[in-house]
Amino acid sequence: MFTVPSTAVGKFAQAGTAVLLFVAVVGIVLFIASRFSGKRGDKATAVAFLAPTVILVSIGLIYPGVRTIFQSFFDAAGKKFIGVDNYQLIFTSSDQLVVLRNTFLWVVVTPLVATAIGLVYAVLVDRSPFESIAKALIFLPMAISFVGASIIWNFVYAYRPAQGTIKQIGLLNQIVVWLGGTPQQWLLDAPTNTFFLIFVLIWVQAGFAMTILSASIKAIPEDIIEAATLDGAGRLKMFRFVTIPSIRPTMIVVLTTISIASLKVFDIVRTMTGGQFDTSVVANEFYSQSFRADNQGLGAALAVLLFILVIPIVIYNVRQLRSSEAR
Amino acid sequence: MTTTTPPVAAIPAKPPETSAAAVAKKKLSSPIASFLTIIIALVWTVPTFGLAVSSFRPERAIKTTGWWTFFSDPVLTLDNYRAVLSNEGSAGLGNFVVNSFVIVIPSVIIPISIATLAAYAFAWIDFPGRNILFIGVFALQIVPIQVTLIPLLSLYVDAGVGGTFWTIWISHTIFALPLAIFLLHNFMKEIPRELLEAARVDGAGHVTIFFRVLLPLLKPALAAFGIFQFLWVWNDLLVALTFAGGNEVAPLTVGLFNLSGTRGNAWHLLSAGAFVSIIVPVAVFLALQRYFVRGLLAGGLKG
Repeated sequence: MFTVPSTAVGKFAQAGTAVLLFVAVVGIVLFIASRFSGKRGDKATAVAFLAPTVILVSIGLIYPGVRTIFQSFFDAAGKKFIGVDNYQLIFTSSDQLVVLRNTFLWVVVTPLVATAIGLVYAVLVDRSPFESIAKALIFLPMAISFVGASIIWNFVYAYRPAQGTIKQIGLLNQIVVWLGGTPQQWLLDAPTNTFFLIFVLIWVQAGFAMTILSASIKAIPEDIIEAATLDGAGRLKMFRFVTIPSIRPTMIVVLTTISIASLKVFDIVRTMTGGQFDTSVVANEFYSQSFRADNQGLGAALAVLLFILVIPIVIYNVRQLRSSEAR
Repeated sequence: MTTTTPPVAAIPAKPPETSAAAVAKKKLSSPIASFLTIIIALVWTVPTFGLAVSSFRPERAIKTTGWWTFFSDPVLTLDNYRAVLSNEGSAGLGNFVVNSFVIVIPSVIIPISIATLAAYAFAWIDFPGRNILFIGVFALQIVPIQVTLIPLLSLYVDAGVGGTFWTIWISHTIFALPLAIFLLHNFMKEIPRELLEAARVDGAGHVTIFFRVLLPLLKPALAAFGIFQFLWVWNDLLVALTFAGGNEVAPLTVGLFNLSGTRGNAWHLLSAGAFVSIIVPVAVFLALQRYFVRGLLAGGLKG
């Protein structure tokens, strides 16, 4: 039961077994809970309903988290205590500084551009005859995996040397050729290559920004707009002084949500360049150090760094989410 | 009702004609604005379309000419799909497709059920320490999965399940719980208390209330989270790379990732493979888009 089945049928049978096994566990939980009644029953039910969650989360999130923090103070083999040397390395070695610079670019550029495009597009297609289809077009990349998106864009960026009768197969280089330029290897030269990678995440996330902001714009109360119109506000003033302030909390939620996703970006970098040509980011470097370079200590320190960087953004995000809900 | 209009109570069914967006739109309704809209729409669709066209072109044609030449010289073939869906040769992704389905089914059903139980307890049962525990689970959303991977991996190996489907099912379940509980709790809190109290007065226990009263009302919330989790698991690369030891249990994302690393110029295979991987989540997404948008607006995006 705990081995890998060799046939497709066997694999699905095992998946079925897993689901059934788990249904049985839930059945037992519910049966125990239904045996009790009254105040004592409340407590027993709560314990039974929460036990699976508490057990799984303790084993799968809390213990590993603490363990990784601990491990980040040890050497590559995880044997010798070396204090904060791993962290020192992250902030001093030239390779790691490039990683930090790239991560900074991702976290700043992606949310700003994705949100701007989402906002502009939401306003432009609002109540046009094609609104729903126009939105769906931008929204659809959200369903595509980062690996799929990376392949789509690798193909756009594809390069063929400009000699003889060789034709370009990548759309971007073909456009460059049509405009009279020479084809480029877009993913080769740092730091511009990072921007070509960042664009892939913008492409995926703009739909998210557009959907949330569009809903927020449509929810602006009519009386505010009427009052502004009576006060003689022009169109640009309306956008600047009514629309933007009204959706500001939502905009901040969108910005912070996308920056969290940008901070953790791994799949795009791993698939498109593997972190070569100075394109690595913290999440990718974590993977390389932990699973390729066998440097457990440094890998753990990079994971903890990711954790520390996420915390302030998440706290800010939750606060804004609350205030946008209270509105 | 348009397909993308989110069904949220706070949003008026028919927005006023003088909305701020309409005013801003008039302002921007110039040739430049239309041009900008079209450019954005093209950049967001043409790359995918190009890869789709390529997946039906013969290998030689893809490697020597751009996909746009297809329209002047159309040659169609299904060879690329035959190659990626088989299990022969280094390019066959057939097994990976099977694995993706085998991984995704339990990885969606199990966490949703566990989270529904927990969310019920947090929303509707009074017990000591409820708030502290709820905040604790809520706060765990912050933990990036990278922090957990290596210790989890050694736990699995020690338990003797390393490299099996179980590691992936259990991992996806664990990583889904904090967000799932948070979202479902929010939905449950919206159900009027009177409804549950009426059932209690009639003598129903928690288990009866849970199945008879709550579950039917929760369908949209369960669908919303179900799609999130489906997309997350189907599209995941990191968890699969870490736990799926060899190619026996690895999903399609890993298969494509390997293919892209070893044969980055095999566009006839990459395009067809990418399309197989894209078509499943896009179909699910389009079918259940309403619920997805609703979930997004309720604050559910896993980083």
